[in-house]
Amino acid sequence: MNTRFYRNVLLKALLLFVIFNLLLVFLPRVTGKDQLSLYNNLVPGRQRFPFGEAPQQAYNFSLYDLDAMFSSHEVSARTGSKDEFRVFLLGDSSVWGTLLKPEETLAGQLNAAGLSCQGVPVKFYNHGYPTISLTKDLMVLERAMRYDPDLIIWLTTLEAFPLEKQLASPLALNNPGRIQPLVEQYNLPLEVTPPAEDFWSRTLWGQRRDLADWLRLQVYGVMWAATGFDQFYTDYEPAAWDLAADENYFEFSPPDLPNEQLLWQALPAALDIAGGTPLLLVNEPIMISAGENSDVHYNFFYPRWAYDQYREELIQRAQHLAIPTIDAWDWIDPHEFTNSAIHLTPVGEEALAQDLKDEILDGLCP
Amino acid sequence: MSITDVLLLSLVAFLTRLVLATRWGAAMRGWVLLGLSLLAIFWLQPSMPIRFLDFWLPVLTLTITLCSWLLTAEKEQMRSKQTLVTTAFIFLLILLIALTRHLGWDDVLTANRPPQTLQVLVGLGILAVLAFLLVWLNKSTTRWQGAGILVLLILFIFLKLPNLTLWLSGLVRGWVGQSTANASGLDIRWLGFSYVAFRLIHTLRDRQAGRLGDVSLQAYVNYVIFFPAISAGPIDKVQRFNKDLQQPVTRDLNSFSDAFYRIIVGLFKKYTLADTLALVALNSQNATQIQSNGWGWLLVYAYAFQIYFDFSGYTDIAIGLGKLLGIQLPENFSRPYLKPNLTQFWNNWHMTLTQWFRAYFFNPFTRLLRTRYRTLSPAWVILITQLSTMLLIGLWHGITWNFVLWGVWHGLGLFVHNRYSEWVRPRLAGWGDRPRLQHAMNVLNVLVTFHFVALGWVWFALPQVSPSLQVFARLFGIGY
Repeated sequence: MNTRFYRNVLLKALLLFVIFNLLLVFLPRVTGKDQLSLYNNLVPGRQRFPFGEAPQQAYNFSLYDLDAMFSSHEVSARTGSKDEFRVFLLGDSSVWGTLLKPEETLAGQLNAAGLSCQGVPVKFYNHGYPTISLTKDLMVLERAMRYDPDLIIWLTTLEAFPLEKQLASPLALNNPGRIQPLVEQYNLPLEVTPPAEDFWSRTLWGQRRDLADWLRLQVYGVMWAATGFDQFYTDYEPAAWDLAADENYFEFSPPDLPNEQLLWQALPAALDIAGGTPLLLVNEPIMISAGENSDVHYNFFYPRWAYDQYREELIQRAQHLAIPTIDAWDWIDPHEFTNSAIHLTPVGEEALAQDLKDEILDGLCP
Repeated sequence: MSITDVLLLSLVAFLTRLVLATRWGAAMRGWVLLGLSLLAIFWLQPSMPIRFLDFWLPVLTLTITLCSWLLTAEKEQMRSKQTLVTTAFIFLLILLIALTRHLGWDDVLTANRPPQTLQVLVGLGILAVLAFLLVWLNKSTTRWQGAGILVLLILFIFLKLPNLTLWLSGLVRGWVGQSTANASGLDIRWLGFSYVAFRLIHTLRDRQAGRLGDVSLQAYVNYVIFFPAISAGPIDKVQRFNKDLQQPVTRDLNSFSDAFYRIIVGLFKKYTLADTLALVALNSQNATQIQSNGWGWLLVYAYAFQIYFDFSGYTDIAIGLGKLLGIQLPENFSRPYLKPNLTQFWNNWHMTLTQWFRAYFFNPFTRLLRTRYRTLSPAWVILITQLSTMLLIGLWHGITWNFVLWGVWHGLGLFVHNRYSEWVRPRLAGWGDRPRLQHAMNVLNVLVTFHFVALGWVWFALPQVSPSLQVFARLFGIGY
């Protein structure tokens, strides 16, 4: 073989590599735009965001690139159109549908109900993501607004409010560049410092994680299309029925829930981000245990005193901001919860969808 | 092997090449390669839940290699000074590896901490006694060589039959005082045993047939455990390997670039193409989840290319590493999916394995049938030999019903192709002056052959018959 040939190949490859890197470094980076994606083109868009801890079994995995996540979602197939009303469901793992198939989630059940408004079908989009943080929800909402929703339904719970939970979500933690403007704009009491973007972080090497994630996401799209699976279903430990006697919630002790430690600022922020789009707030169902110490706790998340004060405060603040609110906290039979005090069985989700649909139609087409 | 392992081995091979190109290196070549391969079989041996097994299995590899050499060597060779020095060298290296337990190098040379020195000394003592007995009894006879082959085949069956492997795991666990309740068929993963066994059987058979020639213990062990080819082949021949070993190595830039080219191509095939395709390739999990036949075909195609890039990538890496060390390992793949019939496919897929089976099973068996059963028609002889050869190749991958069916699939395919080509040859004789038609026919043949092979992979990829049938039904839209 010719050594000169290899030398030339190597030199040309090196030159192209350097040019490609320089282009990556010096061309302006555009965030908030849809990315090149197989989804919605060669394979159907995902019905919920990519998330998973067992990628090879779930054909799904967790990544932190919000643009890539949206590009893989069915919502990005098109922006708002007049042939459907687009309802975005925002929230945590209970909305995303832990242990549920896509058609069993709240969005799936509502879509199955075949709702329409003035003859136009209503399509529900699952924008839940399995970590509990209002800040994460705001970030997702802010990005989702470019897909022209007609109604936003935000399901939340007390667990999403404590300040210390806000950046515990890896999705929020790994997107300081998106969180920081929200913090500044809405005076959220959070400290976020986006890392300064240096030369190397903009090169191919610096972006290798994002590129690898993007590639894996595309490849798993084939399996999603082939199987319709996007979650690895395992046996689970049911949510605790018998509860601890301890009355503390986080580091908060009775009798008063410290409001300054909860991110109530997220409510006006969400209202502002939603702009003219109606926002419907839902205090999501929780498991109300009747087991040991259930006189003190509703479930393993919530002592009664803290949750009761939260509900009262939520309703009051939502009323003050004129955000329509549904308090669905006790709507579901406690036996219709799975591995957490907020995760529902398919039957539970169906019941919730049944109870919610009239309220939704009222909000969408009065 | 991980990509880090390959890169590290490439670096070691490169540095070794530089050393081998010196006058001192050239003189010490056999010893340097032996030392490297010996360290590599301990280093590459995967960790296992049974205590110290990841140390003893490489020792066992060396034991069966030494015993096989003693069964094939001439009397003078056995008692030569070089043999003694080689044996001492091997024993000393094993001992030195065992002594690393005192240095805290638990994960450096071996997957886990080696056993206590006294245990190792006892093990080496047993090995020495075994070797001494073989030398003393001077059992280099055809019958003893046959017995050697039988022992290797029995070991093979134990390692490939899941129930026997499980039983063996329980037995070994009992010996070392571990719970037998946790025994699993996956407990015993003997690095490169399949390939080691093939090489040993080749030497034993060639010795029986008087074709082996003189091979020193050093060259023999080098051949059997040559580290680039230990885990995934190719299966070289000792006579050819020995010739390369005698040739001087140079610092010639062309051979360096050739070697690195093969390694880079291999890395790309294995770690980029095959590992990406593995995410979408047919497997036991997704086989039952496929929603439509179109996607089912895609998964089957992905598996077909994944297994090709995986295996041929490993071969490229092995050949590249071999080139760096001055050994030209044989090719294993030559565009198999572009061949117009199944016979050509098998002449170009895992070539060293098929050549091995042709030399040591198919040809002798065909001769046997033709001489002893003269009344059998040629078609019957072809059917019996093709079917049995492919069945054995299937069983070599594992003794399960699916590998049996995979072997039968290809055996029957080869037979049908043989009969078809006999039938069609005179009918196509006039096509010589119609190149376009020939070309179109060739493209069609390539497509048909590829699809036959790809469908055969369904048996290979899945562990059980039932999901395989389910996949076939899904692919052809039966029952859906």
